[in-house]
Order: sequence, then C-alpha cells, then structure tokens
Amino acid sequence: MTDWPLLSLTTFLPLVGALFILAIRGEAQVVARNARNVALLTSVATFVVSLFILSGFDPASADFQLKESTTWLPGTAIAYTMGVDGISVWFVLLSTFLTPICILSSIGAVETRVKEYMISFLILETMMVGMFCALDMVLFYVFFEGVLIPMFIIIGVWGGQRRVYAAFKLFLYTLAGSVLMLIAMLAMYFDAHTTDIPTLMAHAFDGRMQLWLWLAFFASFAVKVPMWPVHTWLPDAHVEAPTAGSVILAGVLLKMGAYGFIRFSVPMFPIASEYFTPLIYTLSIVAVIYTSLVALVQDDMKKLIAYSSIAHMGYVTIGIFSMTTQGVEGAMYQMLSHGIVSGALFLCVGVVYDRMHTREIARYGGLVERMPKYAAVFMLMTMASVGLPGTSGFVGEFLVLLGVFQVNSWVAFFAATGLVLGACYALYLYRRVVFGKLTREDLKSIMDLSPREVAMFAPMIVLVIWMGVYPNTFLEPMHASVAKLIDNFELAKAAANGLSVAAR
Amino acid sequence: MNATIDLIPALPEVIMAVVAMGLLMLGVFAKSDTTKPATIIVILTLVACVLVTWGLGGEKLSTFGGMFVLDGFAVFAKVMILVASAFTAAMSMNYLEKEKLGRFEYPVLIMFATLGMMMMVSANDFLSLYLGLELQSLSLYVLAAYHRDSARATEAGIKYFVLGALASGLLLYGVSLVYGFAGTTSFDGIAKLFGGEHAVHPHLGFIVGLVFILAGLSFKISAVPFHMWTPDVYEGAPTPVTSFFAVAPKIAALMLFTRVMVGPFGEMADQWRQVVAFIAIMSMFVGSFAAIVQTNIKRLMAYSSIGHVGFILVGIAAGTADGVQGVLIYLAIYLFMNIGAFAVILCMRQKGRLVEGIEDLAGLSKTHPLMATVMAILMFSMAGIPPLAGFWGKFYVFKAAVDQGLFALAVIGILTSVVSAYYYLRIIKIMYFDEVVETFDRLHGGAMTLVMGVSTAVVLLFTLVPGPLLVSAKAAAAVLFAQ
Repeated sequence: MTDWPLLSLTTFLPLVGALFILAIRGEAQVVARNARNVALLTSVATFVVSLFILSGFDPASADFQLKESTTWLPGTAIAYTMGVDGISVWFVLLSTFLTPICILSSIGAVETRVKEYMISFLILETMMVGMFCALDMVLFYVFFEGVLIPMFIIIGVWGGQRRVYAAFKLFLYTLAGSVLMLIAMLAMYFDAHTTDIPTLMAHAFDGRMQLWLWLAFFASFAVKVPMWPVHTWLPDAHVEAPTAGSVILAGVLLKMGAYGFIRFSVPMFPIASEYFTPLIYTLSIVAVIYTSLVALVQDDMKKLIAYSSIAHMGYVTIGIFSMTTQGVEGAMYQMLSHGIVSGALFLCVGVVYDRMHTREIARYGGLVERMPKYAAVFMLMTMASVGLPGTSGFVGEFLVLLGVFQVNSWVAFFAATGLVLGACYALYLYRRVVFGKLTREDLKSIMDLSPREVAMFAPMIVLVIWMGVYPNTFLEPMHASVAKLIDNFELAKAAANGLSVAAR
Repeated sequence: MNATIDLIPALPEVIMAVVAMGLLMLGVFAKSDTTKPATIIVILTLVACVLVTWGLGGEKLSTFGGMFVLDGFAVFAKVMILVASAFTAAMSMNYLEKEKLGRFEYPVLIMFATLGMMMMVSANDFLSLYLGLELQSLSLYVLAAYHRDSARATEAGIKYFVLGALASGLLLYGVSLVYGFAGTTSFDGIAKLFGGEHAVHPHLGFIVGLVFILAGLSFKISAVPFHMWTPDVYEGAPTPVTSFFAVAPKIAALMLFTRVMVGPFGEMADQWRQVVAFIAIMSMFVGSFAAIVQTNIKRLMAYSSIGHVGFILVGIAAGTADGVQGVLIYLAIYLFMNIGAFAVILCMRQKGRLVEGIEDLAGLSKTHPLMATVMAILMFSMAGIPPLAGFWGKFYVFKAAVDQGLFALAVIGILTSVVSAYYYLRIIKIMYFDEVVETFDRLHGGAMTLVMGVSTAVVLLFTLVPGPLLVSAKAAAAVLFAQ
C-alpha cells in the first residue's frame, strides 16, 4: 500500500466522483438521489483512503512523508510536489472527515439543483485536501485560490436572503488578500530559485525582504483566519451560507489561514515573525475580547457562532506566534477541536433551521421538552466550545494559554478573559434556545433528531470526547514536526541576533 | 542572392491570397449565393495553412530581401491567428444565415484580414509592417460596417475607419522619423545600429519617432489612452465580427508590438519601458473600472479586452525572454477564453432575435445549464482564478515583471485584477443566482457547441497539461532574443 500515491489519490478521488455525478442523466428525482449517493460514497471512500495516510505516517519523523513529485511546469523549478508532516496530516483528515458529514447534512436541506451542489462540494474537497498536501508554493496557491470558486457558487446559489452580497464579499476580500501573496511568492522564487516548500524553509531570506514578504502573506492569511479587523466577511458568509457551507467554512477554510502562518510565515520569515509578534498578539486579543462581546448581543444563531469562531481563531494565532511547544501544539489542537465543534454547532443550528426555517434565537425556547436528544448533543458541543475539561476545547485553549504564559503573561491574561466571555455567550445561547418554557405553538410539534442526523453527529461526539479525554493520540504525531518548527525558528533568531551583534 | 524570389517562407500567405482571389471570382460569376461554400473553403484553407505554417517552422527563413521572416515567433503567432480566424469564421456561419446577411464578401474579407495579420507578424521591416497592417485594417473597417442597413454598424465602421486612419498616420510619421534618423527601416538594421560594439546613442528625433510608432501600435491593440474606439466598435459591429475583432487582430497587433519593441528597439528598453508600463497601468485601470458599469455584454467584453491588453503589456514592459514567453502564453489562453465567451454571446437569442444585455443572461443555469457552466468557467478563468488557464497567463506576465523588479507595476496590476474579478463574477451571479426572466432559444448548430467545448476543455485542462504550450512559448520567445 505504501507505494501508492496516497496523497494524490485522496486529493483527486472526490473529483472522480464529481465526474460521475456530472454524467448522471434522467428525471430530477432520480438524479438528485443518485447524486447524493455518489457524493456520499465518494467522500466516505476518500475518508477511508485518508486513514491510510495516517497508518503510513511515521509519527517519530519530522520530515515530510509520503512524498510524491512530478514535473509540472517545464522551464521553471515549479513542480507538482505533495507530502505531509505531522502538522498538515491532521488537516487533511479534518477535511476528509467533515465532507461526508456535510453531504449527509444537506440531504433534506438542499432540494434544488442537488447535482450541482454535490459537484461543488466534491470539487471543494479536492481543493482543500490538495492545499494541505501541497509541498510546492505555486501548487499551494492554486489550491488555496481554487477553493473560492466552489465556495462562491455554494453560498450564492443555495444561500439565504443576502447571499449575493455575502458571496461577493467572501470572494473579493479573500482574493484581494491572496494576490499580494502571489507577488510575494514570485519574489521569493527569484530570490531562492525554487518553489519547493521544504527548501524554502531552509532558505534564509534577507531581513528587510522578510518584512515585506511577511506582510504580503499576512494580507492573505489574516483575511482567511480571519483576524480582526478584516473579519467582517465571515459573519456575512456564515449567515448566508447553507448549513453544510458553514460547516466547511468554519471547519476547514478558516484553518487555511492559520495553516499558512505555520507553513509559511513562521518558518520562512522567522525574523519578521519575531518582529511582528506584538502586532499579532494585539489583533488576536482584540479579536478574542471584541468578537466575544459582539457575539453576546447577536440574535441570529449562526451569526453568534460565527463571531465565536473569530474569537476561537484568535487563540490559534496567539498560540502559533507564542512559538513555544505548548503554544503551537495548543493552536493546532484548538484548530482541530474548533473544526469539529463549530462544525457541529452549525449543524445544530441547521437541524432546527430545517424544521422552523428561522435562525432567530427569540423564535426558539424550551426545545428540550420536545427534543431531548438534540438538547444533549447541543449541550455537549456548547460545553466543548466553552472549553469544559473532558472535551476537546479545553485541551487546545489550555495549551495555548500555557504556551503564551511562558512568553508574555499579559497576553495570557487578556486571552483568558475570552474564556469567561466565551462561557457567557455560549451558555446564554443555549439557555435561550433549549431551556425555558415551550410556549410557541409551532414548536410544539417539532421532531427530535432523525436517525440520519444522529448518524451525522455520532462521529463528532466520539471525537470531541476522545480528544478531550486522551489528547495524546492526536498530539503525539505532531511533536516531532512542531519541535522542528520551533528549533528552526530559534536557530534563525539566534543567527540573526548573532549577525547583528557581529555587525556592532 | 538569387534573382528569383524565394516564396517558400511565405507559402501560407500565397495560398491564402490565391484562394481569396479565387473566391472573389467565384462570388462574382456564380449564379447562386456562395456564402456558405465560400466560408467552408475559407475555414479549410485556414486549417491547411496551420499545417503548412507548422511544417515550415523550425529554421529561421527570410525572403523579399529580408523584409519578411518566418521564425519560431512568427510561426507561433500565425498558428494562433489562423486558429482564431477559423473559429470565428465557423461561428459566423449560423449567424449570417439567421440574420440573412449572407454575402460572399464576408469570408473573403476575413481571409484578407487574416492575410494582413500574417504579414504583420512576419514583418521584418517597417514597410512590410505597414503593408500588413493596412491590409488587415482596411478589411476590418469594411467588416465593422458589414451590416450596412444598421445605423449602429455603419457608425462603428466610420468611427473605426477615421480613428484607425489617424493611428496609421501616426505610425507612418513615426516610421519616417525613424528612417530619417536611422537611415534604414529594416528591423535588423536598426537593431545593429544601436546594439553591438559600434552602438550609437539614439538621437532625440529617433526617440520621438519611437513614441509615435508606439502610439500607432497602441491604437491597434486598443491600449489606453488610445482605446476610445473599442467599446463603440465592439458594440456596433455584428457580433461575429466583434468576436473576430476581439481575438485575431489583437493577437497579431500584440505580437507585432512585441517584435518591434524587443527587436529593433530592444536596446532602447529603458526609453520605452516607462511608456509601456504607463499604458499598461492605464489599460488595466480602465479595463477593470469602466467595465463595472456596463450593461451590454459586448461593451463589457470590449473593456475586458482592454484590461487583458494591459496585463499583456506588463509582460512586454518586462522586456525579457520570460516576459515575451508570458505574453505568448497569455495570448494563447486569451484566444480560447474569448472565442468561447463569444460563442456563448452568439447563442444569446430570444425568439430568433439576438440580445446583448448582460441581464438577459439571468437564470441561464436553469434553462441552459451546460452553456452557463461554459460561461462560468470562462469568466472565472478571465478573472484569473486558479486552477483555470487564465491564472497562468497572469502568473507568467507578473513573474517576468517581478523578475525585473517592477514591483509597483505588478502590485497595481494584480490589484486591478481583483477589481476586474468583480464584473466577471457579476456575470456568473446573473446566470446562477438570479431568476429566469426569459429563456433563450434552443441551440444553434454544431459549430457553436464545438467551439464552446474546445475552449472550455483548453481552459480546464491547461493546468493538468501545461507542458506543450509552455515549452513552445519559451522556444518562440527565445527566437527574438537569439541575436
């Protein structure tokens, strides 16, 4: 099994499924059913294949593994190179894990143009997985940008009232950020004469140049994360996107920015990263506190969760730039946990939205009476989002705070206030929706989770508890890669300091 | 030197001229309408010429006393021009029949215009350049006004003619200045004069001539500030003629522009680079901002093409082999994107009537899902979103610009490309997110489907198989820098 091109297989398998769906002809009903089945089958198969990646992965090594390389653009050093290390392998799994759940969740929710919907999702999966596997800068960029096409279509066609506005905002915001990164990548290419990411990590860019490159990459990743103040596209996109779109957006697309920081900004521009760390801290703290407060006053469920996502991603950026083992691993863990938890929360919103066709918090209340199973799932996910010990959310937040406390206790202090605020808005949301008296007439006949919905939540529940109780399963394969990242960062920093001492 | 003129390098041109004149005779003496057979003959001739040109490629050949060259660069350009002309000729058959505009001059004019373009890209002397340019322009003036009962078309024809003549005048004046100060009109001669060991410093009058030539050529490629005619002519001309205008003459003029700038004026890159960079920036700006407010899709395509010319000029401004390679890649991709988009535009018929409003596309994804998919793919590609082909065009020109340290140009260019993404997305939005108002008629003949299929396939698959185009573009670009 090891000599199979596993990464390419995982990346392009969804595309094959999309081609099959494209070929489906016949009556609308039949087409919709077949398209769903093919999409579900493909995405589950992709997940199974991606598990082989994990089994073939050697957690002791910090190198990129399962590498594949083919020439791609003749006349340049740009090649088709794929590979995963202990950092990216988890994101690949997260993407392949969430896609079948998304497809499952859209059965019943999406009734129009099912064929196109499924094709868009499978293309999206290809782009996401490809992006996390890419070991060539240009290849990374192609996948990174390519994500926008299916996302634009998903939000614009199957979204809510203001979907056009949201789709344009998402597209143009992220595109404007990314194009600057492209220019920076070209500049790097001419400096290092390669686009191979591992080689570039070892290449020492000139200090001044690093600052510019860092800013260009920051323009792209900060929008994607999103960091305050370029986060405004996210609430709009989340509110308007169909449920599955929100799940992928929160679950995977937000991680692309943070992954970019880990993969590019920190290892390639260590001096600039060191220089700009206060900026990142400030923006992240503002994000944590400000968006938590904003989340507190929302009366749209999805918007509330969207703002909470921005706050949670604030922890991630703090963790990454703390550059301690705990901080970086905590950031990684927070991302994985947030990918599952916020995805599950959006699914929870989707469950009641499918029944009531409203996301207004005030329209609900007392759901526990009619929907005990739903209330339990929602409760668990809310607790995980708050960071209750024993759930996945706790491990990530705790590690981040632990990591950053070693470097800067004030940052840790302000970030910790976010925990309190997080508990406020999450519990407040839960109280308003689930507890209280069931007074509304239309809620009195609402149905509890269907077997399909249980099937959709079950793997997420298992993971949330597993990650909370025994984090080592997930942390162990990261250790080597994170240690290498930090070692190289410290080396570069020492070298730069030594240089400036020598210059004096 | 031989007394007899070697016609082999110009073989495709000779074939085309003979066939075109033969078709003229046929049209005059035939009893029945010959439009359709003549169009088919033209398409076959163009395809045959692609093969002949391909067969001649390789060695650098020159004839007519060095005024005409056939090198790798010219072969690359000619293949693109012939393919574009053949596609547009095929696309117009259906239109001419439906609009009852069939006249045998139409295919003949296309052939003569293409012949002119072939001459342009093979020109190695300002005189042969002018000859080709005028043959092309005169044919195009007539084609613009081809629908002679339409006030819009005749207005477009007149406007194009008057402004085109002015531009030709500027060009000719520039050529005469260059001749006056350099003493030669040959590209090789001029290059030799200012390059190599005995290089002379160019006189100011020579630079003035260079600027006049630049202005004249900028008009032909519709670069800002010489773009005024483009939207009006695109809108007024019959749609198949517009689709012809948008591709083949643009390719020819840009290839010519490239050859002139890096050939005879290659040593003066510092003098013209800022001018080219300026018109590139202006074109990108106008192309992206002015297109936002358009409601007519042909006008939108006009501004879109102005924007694309701006991006291509970025590659020329770099002035290196990499830059020229970028230009060639961009043009080849531009060809397929535009041909495909115009095939869709030509299918925009409601109750037998051709419509041109962007809003008329509303809900196309429900009524004609395939056509909408094709258009969406092409629009994403034009916006430069990977993994579609349009991205690579931009990638290669900006790569060359960054290599030359033209960061400001690259950053401005790439930001205007974000602005331009807005109006391409708007078309997708109208097709996919809006509700159907009135549906289009059923399709439209095999030629359209073929053109749409081919162009979409190229745009989609280029990322997977980029090799052939990249390698041949690199080889073609290297020819210009071989001396």
